[in-house]
Amino acid sequence: MSTELHDLGVAALGQALASRQVSATELAGALLARQAALDSQCGPSSLGAYLAVDAEATLAQARRADQRRADGESGPLLGVPIAHKDIFVTRDWPTTAGSKMLAGYRSPFDATVVERLAAAGTVTLGKLNCDEFAMGSSNEHSAFFPARNPWDLSRIPGGSSGGSAVAVAARLAPAATGTDTGGSIRQPAAFCGITGIKPTYGVCSRYGMVAFASSLDQAGVMARSAEDCALLLGAMSGFDERDATSAERPPQDYRAQMLAPRDGASASRPLAGLRIGLPAEFFPPALAADVNGALRGALAALEKLGATLVDVSLPRTALAIPVYYVIAPAEASSNLSRFDGVRYGHRAEPHGDLMDLYKKSRSEGFGPEVQRRIVIGTYVLSHGYYDAYYLQAQKLRRMIADDFSRCFAERCDVIAGPVAPSVAWKIGERSDDPVQDYLADIFTLPASLAGLPGMSVPAGFGEAGLPVGLQLIGRHFAEGQLLHVAHALQQATDWHLRSPK
Amino acid sequence: MNTLAQAQAPLQAPPIRGWEVVIGLETHAQLSTASKIFSGAATRFGAAPNTQACAVDLALPGTLPVMNKGAVERAIVFGLAVGARIAPQSVFARKNYFYPDLPKGYQISQYEVPVVQGGRVEFMLDGHRRSVRLTRAHLEEDAGKSLHEDFAGCSGIDLNRAGTPLLEIVSEPDMRSSAEAVEYARALHTLVVWLGICDGNMQEGSFRCDANVSVRRPGAPFGTRREIKNLNSFRFLQQAIDSEIQWQIDRLEDGLSIEQATVLFDPDSGETRAMRSKEDAQDYRYFPDPDLPPLAIAPDWIDRVRATMPEMPGAMAERFQRDDGLPAYDAAMMTTSRAQARCYEALRAACGAPKLAANWLMGDVAKKLNAAGLDIEHMPVPVAVLGALIRRVADGVVSHNGARSLFDLLWAGDSGHDVDALIESRGLKQMNDTSALQAIVDSVIASNAKSVDEFRAGKDKAFNALVGQVMKASQGKANPAQAGDLLRKALGAG
Amino acid sequence: MSLTPSEVARLAHLARLQPTPAEQQALLATLNGFFDHHVAPMGAVDTTGVEPLYTPLAAVQAMPLRLREDAVTEVVDRNANQASAPAVQDGLYLVPRVIE
Repeated sequence: MSTELHDLGVAALGQALASRQVSATELAGALLARQAALDSQCGPSSLGAYLAVDAEATLAQARRADQRRADGESGPLLGVPIAHKDIFVTRDWPTTAGSKMLAGYRSPFDATVVERLAAAGTVTLGKLNCDEFAMGSSNEHSAFFPARNPWDLSRIPGGSSGGSAVAVAARLAPAATGTDTGGSIRQPAAFCGITGIKPTYGVCSRYGMVAFASSLDQAGVMARSAEDCALLLGAMSGFDERDATSAERPPQDYRAQMLAPRDGASASRPLAGLRIGLPAEFFPPALAADVNGALRGALAALEKLGATLVDVSLPRTALAIPVYYVIAPAEASSNLSRFDGVRYGHRAEPHGDLMDLYKKSRSEGFGPEVQRRIVIGTYVLSHGYYDAYYLQAQKLRRMIADDFSRCFAERCDVIAGPVAPSVAWKIGERSDDPVQDYLADIFTLPASLAGLPGMSVPAGFGEAGLPVGLQLIGRHFAEGQLLHVAHALQQATDWHLRSPK
Repeated sequence: MNTLAQAQAPLQAPPIRGWEVVIGLETHAQLSTASKIFSGAATRFGAAPNTQACAVDLALPGTLPVMNKGAVERAIVFGLAVGARIAPQSVFARKNYFYPDLPKGYQISQYEVPVVQGGRVEFMLDGHRRSVRLTRAHLEEDAGKSLHEDFAGCSGIDLNRAGTPLLEIVSEPDMRSSAEAVEYARALHTLVVWLGICDGNMQEGSFRCDANVSVRRPGAPFGTRREIKNLNSFRFLQQAIDSEIQWQIDRLEDGLSIEQATVLFDPDSGETRAMRSKEDAQDYRYFPDPDLPPLAIAPDWIDRVRATMPEMPGAMAERFQRDDGLPAYDAAMMTTSRAQARCYEALRAACGAPKLAANWLMGDVAKKLNAAGLDIEHMPVPVAVLGALIRRVADGVVSHNGARSLFDLLWAGDSGHDVDALIESRGLKQMNDTSALQAIVDSVIASNAKSVDEFRAGKDKAFNALVGQVMKASQGKANPAQAGDLLRKALGAG
Repeated sequence: MSLTPSEVARLAHLARLQPTPAEQQALLATLNGFFDHHVAPMGAVDTTGVEPLYTPLAAVQAMPLRLREDAVTEVVDRNANQASAPAVQDGLYLVPRVIE
């Protein structure tokens, strides 16, 4: 069966491994071979999914997984290969965060998320491409090479978790970790036609994630189905004493929550009684017709499954753009100060005095988008501007969060809308105007600012047969419910099963 | 905790060259925790470079801070001791600036809402009780160290100290002389050591002062201040302030103005100079640290800490005056440290003679400890034994001189610790048996007619000579006072 | 309140960046464009009495700072920590001479 191994998702592979139809070592070998073949045929940057592959390290992990099974251990993820966004630090693979600043950097420890997935038995295939320090929504800001959309190699896969989306969509990995600060899981998942979930802020530990914006960063999963997301999210989430912002909650069985039938549900109407809120602000005239059309089809499918669609309003949606692009750069400008060429990372040679060392190293090590955001962040925190920008943004953030609370309290259980205003655009199309990219984040930023869980679920295809994603937003800690809705949709539709040629 | 409740106007120190001096102090006290403020690395001083700096202290990518409960507890103890308000919620902020000994490129500190708010520190200055108001005390992390001895024109960075918890204690500009500033600093030092929240080791940098100094014509508004950084001895503190005062007055009298600046004190030249690294105008871009939610301190936690607070030195000294009848000076000396006070109380209990106990601690004990370079906890003579000895002095069994020589033996330690046995074996028991002493007195009078006549002629010296004879005849065992009485009686002068 | 070239230069210096004159020009244009058209509207919203939301979970639950017991839990491996260091000697990180 090893010919179609790469077509199997996490749950299916878990069963194949459990029934000894395949070993973790064979499985890892097959996926490494697929990646290697692609590289040799089209060059390493043809898809640009991986930044680091180390077959020996991967196979060593795979052999350990086989040994654990031989020792009587079991579990749905034991031996399942996955890949990590290169924003998670890893002991056995270099970690670059997509930046020259960290080229060749070796972390002396594994990120908590990486550690927990390894404990559950997953095998690491390698580190995945991303926008530099997760700043971007096209993956064009990777310092090494852009990742390409497998549905159309001339287009961006989205970002910042672009490599993760490409690897999963191109069947190079059954699933991958990602991180989402303002939409970095949901948007590339939508552009590449896969399923992605960003849990509630605090559900996954940020320890070992190279920080972009501390009050927004959240780890999540990108896979081919809600069920696969549920399996991985359960293993990687949970309280971590190393992260003072991680939520103190008991471990969750998201797959069980996903499968648990709703009260009053039936086999044909699994979503009976579910109220799905459609914010007027999420369906503006500017929303591309093909995206709108695809979404309406997915919403109709949800209605057929018993859900009722209700109109709601998130009046401050437009403000989410300035609020986010003040708060995130502010935190980033401070988080990235540690990259000074002293203890690790790029050091400019030759250099003069200390000031020269700092300025040269940082100017050479950081790309233009990162430098732009550092300057924006420095500006909004600087003397005389703090109140007008940073403080005002944090107050508006509270109002944006309150708008969601009101919707969930009064009108609906889940909010649905587009992930992005359009399908994936052409590489280079917008590189002259960074603000265009910022504006395209409008539908993913509000949930990030409020710390709410969000998903992107395949919802059909738009212009040029490119995937469209349906965004689902839930109450805090309602990941199980989001997965339940997405799973119901995926039981009734096959959009998530389509794969690029 | 404060014995002086009402506010107090700054002491009117005599103006210097017609200028009034205004001083405020910012003191950094390293808190005596086992681990760092935001990581589980050890805080021990003197380890090999960067062997006590963990991934968090080094700000390796992906690391996050987690707050140390022990540091918060020590801040609460301090706040209660100075009668400050403990903030129910305080906020950790990032102070952003680049420096090689600051791994994250920002220092986690408290800015708008500190944990300790207000309070006051009291001390004596030339016999007057002084009280300096505190603005605040906040928790923050210490930085690493830049070692400047040559590494081929480079500096070497050791981050072992990075992340050591600090309590920065900020005073109001209430001090009017370098002497007052030093006394305030000493009192603060005594207090944090007394409370056990800081080891007070100034050589190792556990207790460092920044002095904000300005001068003005009496009654005029505050002048522009300059901040002298990192003064790690009371002597340097005084010298630095004095030279800064003269420098500022010279400038002003030359018609020049003072620019706000951060300066360093050079002990060799005895002068202050502006810091190069602080030259470009700072904009620290403070903002609440998104990695650390606000610090919440519930009233019951404060109550639990209050229940464990030691008696404050001031209150204890007053108790020693009131209950033990010690003079103010002695009471103050018995409360210079908790160890000293513990020792005094144990000794007083053992000998039942408070004043004698204090005398011994201030006199013979102190002398021997200094000579041996020991602190009071390590006195070789057990307090109970010393107590027994002092009791024998008190009840006249042994003279003070006799007791001294016994104390030498006890200190040497090779002749056991049985005081009474030693008094016997060394024949130091005073002769308190009147009949025997009377016999000696009679024989001395009989054999010293000359002295007797001189005494009768009114020469007091002669009387002392007779007492001396009695002591000699008794081989020093006579109780001099008793001998004197008997002599007087016998000579009809009683 | 548009930024001036000298302000952008000051911000770059604060951030220890060294943009070329051309990059500084572009930066100035982008920042002013973004702030004038997209950030300015923030100022129009009345937020009096609104509590800033510094960490998102504070919107739904009390988020007191979690405290760890004061215990030494870290074992430091200096070699591993300095594996990616650009310049070390005798365990110290080397930088151009620091003048205080």
